[in-house]
Amino acid sequence: MDAILSRRGVCGLLLTLPLLAPARAEEEAAHIMIDNFVFTPPELNVKTGTKVSWKNEDDIPHTVMGKGGGFRSKPLDTGDEFSYVFAKAGRVDYFCTLHPHMVGSVIVAD
Amino acid sequence: MADREDGINRRHALECMIWAGTGVLWTVAGGVPKSMGLLGDAQAAETSASALTFLQISDSHVGFEKPANPNALGTLQEAIDKVGALPSRPSFMIHTGDITHLSRASEFDNADQVIGKAKLDMHYVPGEHDVIDEDRGKAYLDRYGKNAKGAGWYSFDQAGVHFIGLVNVLDLKAGGLGNLGDEQLAWLEDDVRGKSSSTPIVVFAHVPLWLVYDKWGWGTDDGARALGLLKRFGSVTVLNGHIHQIVQKVEGNMTFHTARSTAFPQPEPGAAPSPGPMLVPAEKLRTMLGLSNVTIASGQRPLAIVDSTLAQM
Repeated sequence: MDAILSRRGVCGLLLTLPLLAPARAEEEAAHIMIDNFVFTPPELNVKTGTKVSWKNEDDIPHTVMGKGGGFRSKPLDTGDEFSYVFAKAGRVDYFCTLHPHMVGSVIVAD
Repeated sequence: MADREDGINRRHALECMIWAGTGVLWTVAGGVPKSMGLLGDAQAAETSASALTFLQISDSHVGFEKPANPNALGTLQEAIDKVGALPSRPSFMIHTGDITHLSRASEFDNADQVIGKAKLDMHYVPGEHDVIDEDRGKAYLDRYGKNAKGAGWYSFDQAGVHFIGLVNVLDLKAGGLGNLGDEQLAWLEDDVRGKSSSTPIVVFAHVPLWLVYDKWGWGTDDGARALGLLKRFGSVTVLNGHIHQIVQKVEGNMTFHTARSTAFPQPEPGAAPSPGPMLVPAEKLRTMLGLSNVTIASGQRPLAIVDSTLAQM
């Protein structure tokens, strides 16, 4: 649900982008690696609005899903990436729906 | 295994189950199932007329093409070729999941085409790789779920044995293991209600229903609840896949067995940094892939399981 909302949000943003663009700071980015069935780093601290991307380096597909929903990637095959913008402050736990013992957290602060 | 005076003796039992394929050969002899171990000196076999023999294949991962096995469809084909070469025809075959690698229609198509060449009745349960389509399992259910309940669970009877296929790869919880869920457990309770405790039970699912190794998620959170519902039965055989290697144990009247993959091996629990595909020298690969053959004879005799590799014969 949140993913749909955020997609709508992005659409809205695109429409107003020419107006907003000069005022917006550049989007921050952070990366999480999936390797050997582990999210690295397992805990990531980011600022609100950061776009976090996960890249699968394993020979087995993985997924990334917020623990309470919020976001869910498609299956990521080797080399595939998924990203999500964390717009709200707080702690977000996530896991791989194929190998649920794989867990990680993104801690978002203003 | 020890010879049994009242049952098939070791040699005869082995002969009954000789074949060289890539799955587990299961012989169910009316009572406690038994693993027969690997066969080195395969000889021709005659199966007793009253015995029920079926095959288990698992983890074919059609679509996988990484270095651990660049041609998973090819090794599945080799396994099915072995099935065709068996001296006696098994009654049916079960596939304990991960038919495909990425739940793609083309992968299911290729798997069906190859497995169909065995011309055996098939009974599937899904692995987690079979339910990662957009609709989380619809692709699998559309193909294999016609007579199934819920996410694909079902039961059937053959030769006096009650077979139960369970699904433990959906709605997995963060930090958890495989999952059956309340709805399926309620169905299971209902399914076995009223059955005589002397009915041999064979239950199969993708992820081991017992805890093999929690750090790698090799177990099922509510597996013990399912096994609890089957406790009163005199013979329960639990067949799983997922871990791409043979692990067995016997606990009271329950025998647990996992089958090899037909695609690629995985490391022993804790023997590597992760449970990912294990890269072995090309000439060794086929000694680590396989299937199983199970025979169930009539009377209170052991069920026998023979695991064979692709390298045999």
